[in-house]
Amino acid sequence: MIHDFGIVWSERSLLLSGLGNTTILSVLSAAAALLIAFILTPALMSKQPWLAWAVRGFVDGMRCVPFLLFAYIVYYGLPSLGLRLDNWTSGLVALTIYNAAYMAEILRGAWAAQPREPIEAGIAFGFSSLALFRRIVLPPLLLAAGPVIGNQIIQIIKDSAFLTIIALPELTHAAASIQSRHYVPFAAFITAVFLYWGLCLVIEAGVNTVDRLAAARR
Amino acid sequence: MSAGDLLAILQGAVVTVTLSFVGILIGLPIGLALAVVRWADVPFVARVVAVYVSILRATPLVTLLLLLFFALPNIGIAIGPISAAILALVMNTAAFNCEVWRASLMNFPKDQYEAAQSVGMNATLRFRRIVLPQIVRVSLPGLVNEMSLLIKVTPVLAVVGVVDITRAAVRIGAQTYDPLPPFLVAVALYAPIVFVLVSLQRWIERRQVRAEAAA
Repeated sequence: MIHDFGIVWSERSLLLSGLGNTTILSVLSAAAALLIAFILTPALMSKQPWLAWAVRGFVDGMRCVPFLLFAYIVYYGLPSLGLRLDNWTSGLVALTIYNAAYMAEILRGAWAAQPREPIEAGIAFGFSSLALFRRIVLPPLLLAAGPVIGNQIIQIIKDSAFLTIIALPELTHAAASIQSRHYVPFAAFITAVFLYWGLCLVIEAGVNTVDRLAAARR
Repeated sequence: MSAGDLLAILQGAVVTVTLSFVGILIGLPIGLALAVVRWADVPFVARVVAVYVSILRATPLVTLLLLLFFALPNIGIAIGPISAAILALVMNTAAFNCEVWRASLMNFPKDQYEAAQSVGMNATLRFRRIVLPQIVRVSLPGLVNEMSLLIKVTPVLAVVGVVDITRAAVRIGAQTYDPLPPFLVAVALYAPIVFVLVSLQRWIERRQVRAEAAA
């Protein structure tokens, strides 16, 4: 058993590059998903019925489709429509679009729960709509939604493991190739599990810091 | 895509639904047991459960499944794709269910528990008659949410060779060189299953809000 972990240690560069790729994938798509969500959320709450209805359809649709199937459709299905993406692009696009829907729903919930008074005070003070959003709406919104966004980022990290099926060299893919090369399944995958755990603990620590900041502001 | 292909995907749907159902059925009581262990603060065991839940909640189902499927035979435990799939689903969902159950146990009003104690109910009776019926109601939306999440991760089971909706669709796509139609059929099968659960969750929540307003 110790010997097995020795083999995994000798392949540490592969595992670490997998961990790096998982981190890059998750961070990039979390940031992109959040940005898209900031466009989708106002549309979700729009007074234009067709716009609100269309975005609601997209968000609910994404929430009813398994991520793995969505990734398959982006990677294998889109070429039928003449859109061929390599595995990195497909992986990033799939993770981003899928999670943008979830992020939009999270932001909508937090936005709806915000008190109206500061916003109305901001309007009365003559803030322009962009400044109003940036200075008055955004900071408490992000602080309130922080923990749920943190959970969603953990979900993104776990979803990124699914991308091993389109041969994206992330952490699970690295563990699987070490296992197939040396036949050390337990050592390879348990190491991957602990690396994922570590990654999620880092996110949780980040969320706790944001929480403390939010408590200090109050 | 022929009628036979459609039938193959439908057979996959039976596998998906059956495995999810079995996973939910076994995972629910195990999650409750884990939550009770943490709630009662059983020495040492409660700590072990806390670490288990933390790790399992951070582990992608693919990684867990590959670990079980390849490592268990390595230490002399023969395991097929179906049993590995069920074991992985149960281990995963039990950890999430544990958190849902535990949240409602933590919020359980202490006065009711003490009232039951004062009329001389023993611990088992207190739990069965006073605590359980109430935490089931509080936990229900969270548990149903977890069920819809479980169904959304089942396509992963295809990785070890379980022929569910996704694997059936991938196989047909590979045979016909046109993967889009079978994938769309697969979406059309998953979406209603998940949608029913999501609607069920909303309905339960609305009903509880109304019941609280009436009380």
